[in-house]
Amino acid sequence: MTALSKARPGRVVAWTLLFLGGIVMVTPILFMFSTSLKDSSQVFDLRLVPAEPTLDNYRTILEDGRFLRWFLNSLFIAVLATVSNVFFDGLVGYTLAKFRFPGRRLVFLAILSTLMIPTEMLVIPWYLMASRFGWLDSYWGIVFPGLMTAFGTFLMRQFFETVPDDFLEAARIDGLNEFTIWWKVAMPLVTPALSALAIFTFLGNWTAFIWPLIVSTRAEMFTLPVGLSSFSVEQSVAWEMIMTGAAIATLPTLLVFLVLQRFIVRGVMLAGLKG
Amino acid sequence: MHEAPATPGTERRAGRLSDRLTLSAKRVLWAWLFLAVPVVFYGAIRFWPTAEAFWISFTDWNLLRPAQFVGLDNYRRLLADPLFWKVFANTFLYLILGTPVSLVLSFAIAYHLDRVRFLHGFLRALYFLPFLTTAVAMAWVWRYFFQPVPIGPINNLLASLGLPAQPFLRSTLQALPTILVPAVWAGMGFQIIIFLAGLRAIPTSYYEAARIDGLSERAILWRITLPLLKPTLVFLVVFASIGFLRIFDYVYNMNTNDPGGPLDSTKPLVIMIYQTAFKSYDVGYASAQTVVLFLILLAISLLQLRLMRQPT
Repeated sequence: MTALSKARPGRVVAWTLLFLGGIVMVTPILFMFSTSLKDSSQVFDLRLVPAEPTLDNYRTILEDGRFLRWFLNSLFIAVLATVSNVFFDGLVGYTLAKFRFPGRRLVFLAILSTLMIPTEMLVIPWYLMASRFGWLDSYWGIVFPGLMTAFGTFLMRQFFETVPDDFLEAARIDGLNEFTIWWKVAMPLVTPALSALAIFTFLGNWTAFIWPLIVSTRAEMFTLPVGLSSFSVEQSVAWEMIMTGAAIATLPTLLVFLVLQRFIVRGVMLAGLKG
Repeated sequence: MHEAPATPGTERRAGRLSDRLTLSAKRVLWAWLFLAVPVVFYGAIRFWPTAEAFWISFTDWNLLRPAQFVGLDNYRRLLADPLFWKVFANTFLYLILGTPVSLVLSFAIAYHLDRVRFLHGFLRALYFLPFLTTAVAMAWVWRYFFQPVPIGPINNLLASLGLPAQPFLRSTLQALPTILVPAVWAGMGFQIIIFLAGLRAIPTSYYEAARIDGLSERAILWRITLPLLKPTLVFLVVFASIGFLRIFDYVYNMNTNDPGGPLDSTKPLVIMIYQTAFKSYDVGYASAQTVVLFLILLAISLLQLRLMRQPT
């Protein structure tokens, strides 16, 4: 008891320091939202709560059609990549975990070895491929390298290995075909892993920069990060507009987080420990 | 089979074929059916481009004239290129400054956060939020922070404390550490969550036994927590190292007018690759640079495998 009560002041100090550190961590994000609500005359007033908050910047930026287009481009690409990864990484992870067939080990090692290849090494051949087949400045061109990932495949394989074979055998006896067994029986059993994979894929594609920067040259095909990178150069003095653009790019992921917080933190833990 | 089907011959043959297939042979067929598209994908989008990158690195291709095999010329040119050595040194500076700083901070935070019950989820969320931001967006916020007076909040703060203003991104000496600030900031949330998971996985009985033995908190940290955390530590060191060796987004966006500037003082390998390939179209030379990056990352991954296999 005495040890406990002695430790208390230390704990209060630790808690206070953690809290202050946490405030420092979110300050850039708060500052971004705060500046996006100021008009150009208040920008250099550094108060975190704007004196006269206004949504004018958001109105201006959305009326400039390019920004809305970039937002929709990013959304479309991130959703497409997520759907594809959930489907294919799930399918391949399941096959590698639950089927015994000649060549299984080879496929496993081949996919595993692609984890060693950095994206930066592939962007030049991908660019040549995209220009040869006319995929530059297209959604397909931006999305094709990320339709499946080795990381996602291994995450899914780890989880499918924990699914008991009995469930699948029971479904087989009921006469379901293998595709239906995977989709209707096995996939619902690994929903936590699937949601972790979906969140990671969405986040990764939403924030992706280097490949979209290379493959899209026409402003209509920019993703939000690429657009933001170019957009800001033009308006390098209008900080409140830059902050508004940055805020719009950050808002979707923050909203998803606020809704699914527990899920996401558990997903990161799962992926970090298993992946 | 009593009703006459339209094409009785094929039907019977198909029936016989599927009868002849054993259950396990059918499953092998299903497996390869499932893998057909992915195998083509990994072949065409991962393995073929990798081979192509190696091949191009031995040519003088610049997209204008046909590629010509030049042997190791690009690699020789790289070794003689002062910019490459500058970039190489910068890349390792990002690594040797960024990895320890971010991991020590993350561990210290996770270690204390793990013991906090009051508003635990809220505090954790504060630390995790930066991980969910877009580098391009936050690079602009941080650029704003580091502006000279009268714009930049940090210089304004220094001025109000009576300290001299700092050039930050405009100084060849300060720009690289300045870029590391947001890069470390953005990666810490992930590291803290992984550390928390690692700490949670240590059985409390170890701590109880140590306390009964009268070990101090400090001794418990060094002799029990950290050794048991080794797999987590190795994973995070490798993950962070690879991240800093591949740093691009923050460097590019903290100085969009001159990525890697001022005077190449912040230029990492990936910016050099990007500029050589997509600004100068010197594709052969850029590919040789990507091969160097690949070899460095490969060495680190192999090191990880060795460290993981060693018994604790």
